[in-house]
Amino acid sequence: MSRKISLNHLTRIEGHAHLVIDKKAGKIESCRLEVVESPRFFEALLKGRHFSDIAPIVARVCGVCSISHTMASLMATENALGIEPDPRAKALRRLLSQGEILQSHLLQLYFMAAPDYLGIPSIFQLLNQRSDLFSRALRLKRTANRICELIGGRAVHPVTTAIGGFTALPEVSELKQLRQDLVDALPDLEATVELFAGFEFPEFLRPTEQVCLAQPGQYPLHAERVISSCGIDQTVAEFKTSIDEYIVPHSTAKMARTERGHYCVGPLARVKNSFARLSPMALKVAAALQLNAETQNPFHGLKARLVEVIHFVEEAIHAIDNLLLHSYVSARTTAMPKGGGQGVAAVEAPRGLLFHAYSYDSKGLLETADCIIPTAQNLASIEADIESLLPDLLDLPDEQLKQRVETLIRSYDPCLSCSTHQLQVAIK
Amino acid sequence: MKTRIGFFDFTGCEGCQLTVMNLENDLLQVLQLVEVVEFRELMSEEVSQIDIAFIEGSITRQQDHARLKTIRDRTKTLVALGACADNGGVNLLASHQDVAVLRQQVYASDAVHLLTEKPLPLHEVVKVDYRIPGCPIDGREFLAVLQALLLDREPDLPNFAVCVECKLAEYPCSFDYGEICLGPVTRAGCQAICIAGGDRCRGCRGLVDNPRTSPYHRVLEEHGLSVQDILEQYRTFNIGEEL
Repeated sequence: MSRKISLNHLTRIEGHAHLVIDKKAGKIESCRLEVVESPRFFEALLKGRHFSDIAPIVARVCGVCSISHTMASLMATENALGIEPDPRAKALRRLLSQGEILQSHLLQLYFMAAPDYLGIPSIFQLLNQRSDLFSRALRLKRTANRICELIGGRAVHPVTTAIGGFTALPEVSELKQLRQDLVDALPDLEATVELFAGFEFPEFLRPTEQVCLAQPGQYPLHAERVISSCGIDQTVAEFKTSIDEYIVPHSTAKMARTERGHYCVGPLARVKNSFARLSPMALKVAAALQLNAETQNPFHGLKARLVEVIHFVEEAIHAIDNLLLHSYVSARTTAMPKGGGQGVAAVEAPRGLLFHAYSYDSKGLLETADCIIPTAQNLASIEADIESLLPDLLDLPDEQLKQRVETLIRSYDPCLSCSTHQLQVAIK
Repeated sequence: MKTRIGFFDFTGCEGCQLTVMNLENDLLQVLQLVEVVEFRELMSEEVSQIDIAFIEGSITRQQDHARLKTIRDRTKTLVALGACADNGGVNLLASHQDVAVLRQQVYASDAVHLLTEKPLPLHEVVKVDYRIPGCPIDGREFLAVLQALLLDREPDLPNFAVCVECKLAEYPCSFDYGEICLGPVTRAGCQAICIAGGDRCRGCRGLVDNPRTSPYHRVLEEHGLSVQDILEQYRTFNIGEEL
């Protein structure tokens, strides 16, 4: 008996994809994650633009990760043009990135992933029966949004971020209030941990290389080196040149591999490779969720996301304390480049490693742009996971099989707007 | 029965839908008044009839035309959500270039699944009843439009320039920093959020209906800028208006 199982326009993920499984005589013939998001050719939109316009335009690659794209873009431009941002600006940028990871993770945990484990098609089903849970999700999300609004000027597509630093800074009173909001979020976070600790995660192991940034003394966010569970320790520029991007016939997103094959980026990679750098509270939560650095279960991506939420809330509180110890001066940046040049930068976006690389001419106009997206780096792993998971599911009815595979895909929190809008290679 | 609303997206960044989700407490109140029946990013459910559809993104492929028309057929009121749906937005930044050449540059392939056409705003494909401009949209404006539709009123957009909101908030003028600002001709409704953040207005909400060009020319002259300088800036979000 042969059957074809198709899941069109997968739901509760960012962007558009279909999943197609061909089954024949009880065996899987093929399994494809078809990314059908339309290509946007962002690199061509940037050519010839002034360096000060690049970050606001690339932010539009993705609404969910607009801050990560802005950060990677600003840092790549600064590296290219020889501009060193103020240390306080670096601290604020880190806080802003934490805000985005919290926004994205909380949205994914409550609105996209939790329904799988609660056995409902969407969280809107809970509006009447579990309004406490729904309101808690929105309260937590509001606190995360507040970080981005206060530091970035807007929750989606930041407006205060600029080459060299920021064009506007929060008032001391606003930072104090934000600190209070973060402290007030702790009981809601506790309830969240309790909720997720009660979920039953499928047992499934598939070892793969886990890659993330490494930052001396800190949990990685904006850094110069890349490390992996298989022993890589390289500069961002070195690692980037070892990535081979390739296209497959069924996807408008490129896939990425190194010479060792496919690899994974994202919360699980960060938690595994930087376990010792997690905050005390995050380590306790990891223990409560039975998550450790040895895990090889991709479904644990969800647990890793929650552990990071706790870590970044705790870190943000300390970061605000540090910021409050410094007094602010005029915010408007006046950084001017010394000439053209090339630069590459990487940040940890909510879904993992994100690279931007640019070259500028002597007038500060963009010549080439290249950008490698977290989800593009994960797509091959997602397919490999599905292939390895399917044999155990073949006896299930189609609906249950689909549900299980969708849950796995959502564990990666794929962002397909990003992965098809990627910038690529030189345009000459 | 509650009004049934749906959210859909085509080629874009989903930042406008995200802005709706970010309405937080207001969202809870909205959900008392309406029933969200489709929202692929957050829901697995699908229905047959929709009262109000909010649609984000541009149309870039033949299969998207068909999908949009199907949504139109089962929807009473269709609202373009954000710049990409409204006028093409940043998707059109490369519209002066041949799509086939772009495809070669980015993918080095002409495979069938990579074929796209020039991005179109929704109104080039189906009838659009109302629009919410901006990149991204302003959440309060979304609420105002939804409120009007629920009350059977015509939603209307502010018909004055961002400059008005900026002056009322007493922000320093971007021109005084030597920057080119599109505030004098761009439609208000964003509370001049970019100028509040120390940036300038990049015109993401499109032109006000009857922009007063002569005072603007004077401002430009005073600051040594030309109409060409302005047009360069204006094109970032509004190429669709010229085409």
